[in-house]
Amino acid sequence: MPVMEYIDAIRLAMKEEMERDENVFVLGEDVGVKGGVFTTTKGLQEQFGELRVMDTPLAESAIAGVAIGAAMYGMKPIAEMQYSDFMLPATNQIISEAAKIRYRSNNDWSCPVVVRAPIGGGIFGGLYHSQCPESIFFGTPGLKIVAPYSAYDAKGLLKAAVRDPDPVLFFENKKCYKLIKEDVPEDDYIVPIGKANVLREGTDITVIGYSLPLHFAMQAAAELEAEQGISAHILDLRTIQPLDREAIIESARKTGKVLIVHEDNKTGGVGAEVAAIISEECLFELDAPIQRLCGPDVPAMPISPPMEKFFMLSKDKVKEAMTQLALF
Amino acid sequence: MPSNKQLTDVVMPQLAESLVSATIGKWLKKPGDKVEQYEPICEVITDKVNAEIPSTLDGIMGELLAEEGQEISVGTVICRIETEPTPSAATASGEQPKAEAGQSAGVTTAETTDSSQRHRYSPAVQTLAAEHGIDLRSVPGTGLGGRITRKDVLAFIENGGAGALALAPSTTTAAVPQSVPVQQPQVQVAPGGISADLSRAAFEPVRHSGLHLTETPRIPTIEVEGGDRSEYFIDVTPIRNTIATRMRQSVSEIPHGWMMIEVDVTNLVQLRNKIKDEFKKKEGVNLTYLAFLLKAVVSAIKDYPIMNSVWAVDKIIVKRDINISLAVGTEDSVLTPVIKKADQKNIAGLAREIEDLASKVRAGKLKLDDMQGGTFTVNNTGSFGSILTQPIINYPQAAILTFESIVKKPVVINDMIAVRSMANLCLSLDHRILDGVICGRFMQRVKDNMESYSLDTQVY
Repeated sequence: MPVMEYIDAIRLAMKEEMERDENVFVLGEDVGVKGGVFTTTKGLQEQFGELRVMDTPLAESAIAGVAIGAAMYGMKPIAEMQYSDFMLPATNQIISEAAKIRYRSNNDWSCPVVVRAPIGGGIFGGLYHSQCPESIFFGTPGLKIVAPYSAYDAKGLLKAAVRDPDPVLFFENKKCYKLIKEDVPEDDYIVPIGKANVLREGTDITVIGYSLPLHFAMQAAAELEAEQGISAHILDLRTIQPLDREAIIESARKTGKVLIVHEDNKTGGVGAEVAAIISEECLFELDAPIQRLCGPDVPAMPISPPMEKFFMLSKDKVKEAMTQLALF
Repeated sequence: MPSNKQLTDVVMPQLAESLVSATIGKWLKKPGDKVEQYEPICEVITDKVNAEIPSTLDGIMGELLAEEGQEISVGTVICRIETEPTPSAATASGEQPKAEAGQSAGVTTAETTDSSQRHRYSPAVQTLAAEHGIDLRSVPGTGLGGRITRKDVLAFIENGGAGALALAPSTTTAAVPQSVPVQQPQVQVAPGGISADLSRAAFEPVRHSGLHLTETPRIPTIEVEGGDRSEYFIDVTPIRNTIATRMRQSVSEIPHGWMMIEVDVTNLVQLRNKIKDEFKKKEGVNLTYLAFLLKAVVSAIKDYPIMNSVWAVDKIIVKRDINISLAVGTEDSVLTPVIKKADQKNIAGLAREIEDLASKVRAGKLKLDDMQGGTFTVNNTGSFGSILTQPIINYPQAAILTFESIVKKPVVINDMIAVRSMANLCLSLDHRILDGVICGRFMQRVKDNMESYSLDTQVY
């Protein structure tokens, strides 16, 4: 099994799906000739031609609209939003059209579109290149949302998203692109949408999260185990809509002490829903108040490096929160 | 040297968004070299950018901590630069350890004495205590503020602390119902999801909403039920579907321009009246005005070949053959059979073709071949009484021309009023290919051709 970067796994998933099914095509800003601003689609236009790897105008609502129309027509588009920050002009298309067409047409029509969008900060991107828009789409019935943390999951979830009969938002973390390297099989496999994954078994505290902050949680857990004998149980949600309720409850029960981490801001985030599920389903097995460690409720990621560092989650911040919960 | 000099770390900067590391290409400064602020000290290579890293300060290059070709994580020290020591920096670094020591001391003292949380029992602790009949006062608390944690209770049970279990069987049964309803909802989730999937599969092939797309709709063999007294439904036939699709495509893709000219056809009327009966007798077909118009149009296209073209985004394709699509209407549709190589035919030949195609349309005997290859469309709208139309271009052609009703009108000629037979010709044009001047000339040529028919004109 070759070691590859998170970004390579995403590229490989698209390549394999395009080879498997000629209805799969990619569209977005700079995805063709340039191969994507992050090189996510590099080489795809050379292999599949410009009709299947299309450079679009700088108009996200058009990218989403074209993709949704093509999907309703039977194609399998993968629409790339260059940064999830730029996705907002497309929200109307995604929420009002893609998410609702199956319901609205009484099951006659469907929209098997995948919208890929890089999320997250810590890359010196400032306001317009660092946002986490999960909470905007989260809670919209009809949409599936995945946000892989590992390279293995990134490939498997993207392949599952392409094959899914309904719209899937694929939130890839741009900081993970080069940071996460691991063994990724070169053969065809999928990671099922809607299934969370236990990254680490433990008995003292439970950490639940998705995307980049899990990287910090895993590092912190290793250190806490070695330094203080604290054993952390870590659950990767992988899919944030629909949430894997059973896995969340099972992980919460395991230790009775739950810390939820995500980079999207705290208020109204995915963590709030996870906390609500836990308090609904297993209040009597909780040993501590449910904790959330999230991005602060401030309007935007600062561009100033010290301020960005203040804003972002880190191994140290996660470790501190995990320690406090373990001590409680 | 280190005693009076200070070494400052230079770290790998974040060169571009998403980059976590970069490779040192070449060191531009060696240890001992003088370095000025903003002066490049090394070249770095990444898969996004190749760049030079500038020095952050003035000084002398101390040691290089990274080798050429080595991949370095962002934030890692790559070299140290010697600078003159600044007094403020030295004192600041000296004060820090004291403050830290004070903080950690405070924490340890608090941990040993505080027992404020000793009697705060979490739901998990109470649940476990109730299930196992444990008196929590006898369980040691290791949590913050002396709190009894869930783990403390579990450890207590494991160490045989649950001695009170036998004493309180009633509390055990009382506690059980608490946890049962909690588990029920999850069990019900699975069967619900499966039945929803099955019912979806059963509904799959039925489609009863949405507008026509490319699939061929059903041919209506029976009258469609539905509607109420105020309306009734007509199923869309395949031909209707094709017309709708083509019209929509033409209108949405082609920017239509439109113009009209008036033609004096008095001479043509006289000519036709003179020869039509004999022609009918001789040839067996009607000699229509349309045949004369087609001849006039085809000759004009010969002079302005751009009228006979197709828009192909990065080029314009001009067709050498002039194949006239003739719009022929029926009660419920319109078809455009093609007169191939119309420029090779005389008026008599065109008249025969018109009659042939029209009768084929009415008899429903058109072959696919009769419909293909059109390059310019003519519609005889005058045949149903119209005097002015704004036709939709027969996609992907460049223009369409209509021949309106011949009407007798008072016309001023040489300052005298005369009664003349007049007809309007309307042209819709693809404004991507054609503009006003070229179309105006074309129409003027058609007009000239129409008006130059005389009693001497030969139809053969």
